[in-house]
Amino acid sequence: MRNRAWLFLIPALFLVSLSAFIPLMTVINYSLHVLFPGSIPQFVGFENYVDVLHDPTFMGTIKTQCWFTFQVLLFEIPLGLGIALAMPKKGRWLTFTLVILGFPLLIPYNVIGIVWRVFTRADLGVIPAFFARFGYSYRPVEHAVDAWWTVVVMDIWHWVPLVALLCFAGLQTIPDAFYQAAKIDGASTWATFRRVTLPKLRYVLTIALLLRTMDSFNIYSEPYIVTGGGPGTTTLFMSLYTSSQAVGGFDMGIGAAMSVVYLFIILILCYTLYTFMVNVGRGGGTTR
Amino acid sequence: MNKKKIGLILFIFFLLVPVYWMVNTSFKDNTEILSKRTWLPETFTFRNYVHIFTTQGWRDSFINSFTYVAINVILVIVAAVPAAYAFSRWRFRGDKHLFFWLFTNRMAPGATFMIPMFQLYSNIGLFDTTLAVALAHCLFNLPLAIWILEGFMSGIPKELDETAFIDGYNFSSFFRKIFFPLIKPGIGVAAFFCFLFSWTELLLAKILTGIANKPIVVTLTASLGAEGWDWGVLTAAGVLTMLPGVALLYFIRNYITKGFSMGRV
Repeated sequence: MRNRAWLFLIPALFLVSLSAFIPLMTVINYSLHVLFPGSIPQFVGFENYVDVLHDPTFMGTIKTQCWFTFQVLLFEIPLGLGIALAMPKKGRWLTFTLVILGFPLLIPYNVIGIVWRVFTRADLGVIPAFFARFGYSYRPVEHAVDAWWTVVVMDIWHWVPLVALLCFAGLQTIPDAFYQAAKIDGASTWATFRRVTLPKLRYVLTIALLLRTMDSFNIYSEPYIVTGGGPGTTTLFMSLYTSSQAVGGFDMGIGAAMSVVYLFIILILCYTLYTFMVNVGRGGGTTR
Repeated sequence: MNKKKIGLILFIFFLLVPVYWMVNTSFKDNTEILSKRTWLPETFTFRNYVHIFTTQGWRDSFINSFTYVAINVILVIVAAVPAAYAFSRWRFRGDKHLFFWLFTNRMAPGATFMIPMFQLYSNIGLFDTTLAVALAHCLFNLPLAIWILEGFMSGIPKELDETAFIDGYNFSSFFRKIFFPLIKPGIGVAAFFCFLFSWTELLLAKILTGIANKPIVVTLTASLGAEGWDWGVLTAAGVLTMLPGVALLYFIRNYITKGFSMGRV
């Protein structure tokens, strides 16, 4: 039986090796070398890592990145769940809502950047005009706070639909009998949500949480186009800084070392979240 | 109940305003875009759309994008269905670790995998092919597809398999006649998400293609000319890139409502 399981995994493992494993090995290999384009690589051990960990800009981007991920998760998961709960259960309005939810998800990342740049242009955009009514001069190019919230709101706009779609799909599998039983027992709306809905949604919530964590770490094109990482380093996310190091004609070893550190941070974060989500609520016997 | 409805309507409004602004801009000419803020195009024009449909480069890049997205979705589904079946049906040594490890591939930062990917696919002679992009996009699509499908399959009781085998079905006929129809919604949903992520991804698609197979996402930013971006054409192309996915979502809407939630977690 065990061997048959591995047989079934061969195609997947083959694709993984071509798309993830070999490039990852290459990056790790680079990170141990001094590597200027066009010159012979020189093995330096962990020196690149020491340099990277002493780079204040890089350490700054880690903080910015974690803060950003925390904020978008804080908004996106509850909001997505709320939208899923509020969605109509069937009929024409459901189709309508599903299709609308798809809009932001299906626009390529760089177009999202372009749309939001048009949208927030200080002279002709909609958002500056909106804020001007309240006497606030909104200038994302110069104001750190404006730039930060623009990127956060853009991310929420972009990805809440994904969380909502996943949660909605999860909600559909909860049999009505559960809700009827809860009603007969006289459970309040909150208690029903807490004891029936949430435990049943654990699987999709885990997927949504992990997806959003790792994808928000990979955010690149949208802030690149909208704010370019500025003003200063306010919206300089890890991927923006790392890739500027990795492809800017600098020492590729440094860029590679940054990527490995970066991957390591996401890995720890996701593993913690995953373990937490697997174990939370297991004790009560209310799950599955 | 009503509070829910109001919240939903407000959110839909929030989603639609930037989309509306994109559609609105795509029907204006550039003078109007760069001089006024108008809620409806004053100089209503199809120029931007005509430009896209009559320019060889734009048409080709739409076709290129479709090609690699289609190859990617097929590859991912073909590899993910057996893998998800193995995870949902059998316990084997290291299955839990492998399951999580598969998902870690998605964490790989695309921005920094650009150079290694470029070297790998240049070395095996696939640079500037749609196949290279399709393979590279498995990086983030395969783990997701396996997770979604595993969720669906675990919702189907194991006893079904056992009964079928007792009834004399061999594996392939069981799979074709009984199991496949049951997981079709799952395949539809997984394919939709793969389409979504592959269609919108920029960095890997950009580094792995040259002139011949340039995808639409790259053509979009490459249109930055000497006089700055052609906003009208850009937004029109944005509207056009959104449509195929919306159509796909419309067709699989009933699959999403079938739901998926049982699973390994």
